[in-house]
Amino acid sequence: MADDRLSRVFAALADPTRRDMVARLAAGDATVGELADPYDVSVQAVSKHVKVLTDAGLVTQTKDAQRRPCHLEAEVFDLATKWLERYRLRAQARYERLDTVLADLQGGAHAERRRRNRRDGAAS
Amino acid sequence: MSATNSRHQVTIEADPALPIIRITRDFDATPSELVRAHTEPDLFARWVGPDGMATTILDWDATSGGRWRYVAERDGQTFGFHGCFHEVAADRIVQTFTFDGQPDGVALETLRFDDLGDGRTRLRAQSLVDSFEARDQWLASGMETGIDQGYAKLDALLGGLR
Repeated sequence: MADDRLSRVFAALADPTRRDMVARLAAGDATVGELADPYDVSVQAVSKHVKVLTDAGLVTQTKDAQRRPCHLEAEVFDLATKWLERYRLRAQARYERLDTVLADLQGGAHAERRRRNRRDGAAS
Repeated sequence: MSATNSRHQVTIEADPALPIIRITRDFDATPSELVRAHTEPDLFARWVGPDGMATTILDWDATSGGRWRYVAERDGQTFGFHGCFHEVAADRIVQTFTFDGQPDGVALETLRFDDLGDGRTRLRAQSLVDSFEARDQWLASGMETGIDQGYAKLDALLGGLR
């Protein structure tokens, strides 16, 4: 099912370590050992992360070479992030309109306070 | 699109374990001002719709147990939405949300307004739907390419990898 696949992509990208691994693979292919290097975790733990990324279709490993480097499937990554980014940009546009409404609300409140202060000042 | 407050960026997260979308965004306003902007129909209509669409409120009772309904319109095309206000509190709004075009679908939305002090507030909005498929449709809604094309493209991409 396609929707399961997309959810797997989102799930794979939800983990900060895996996001970091994806970012590094975006710069170039790397073996599991190379990926494990900067982390304070076992190669086995990194292998598990790689398996999640592979199951989601985000990463492939070449079978022929002895090193079996991990390769980022950039198109899958781009598509999934594009969906999220589109949604984010729509929310951003909506909340920038809300910023304007809030600024008007505060401008109105300030003007009202100023009017009140002037009135009170005139009365005293 | 205003650039005045673009320093406040939306962050978005699709939960891996639950069909939930979470959005976080800071505002230069108090929680009570944000609640007003979410509960006073005249204010709400000014910001909710996409740019270029006119929002008309048809029904609005922003109290716990109340209900709401509005339509967004552009070039004679209308899109209706409705739901209930489950709870309207000083720092939180819980409501349901349904797009009339998909009347069987309903999202449970929880909006939390965290007071950051100095007249600033963090809005944390959570939308819970009833399946991952519904969530993915939600995320893909409003895209130039519809959900089917999106899936077809994803299928093609992923199929090519197997």
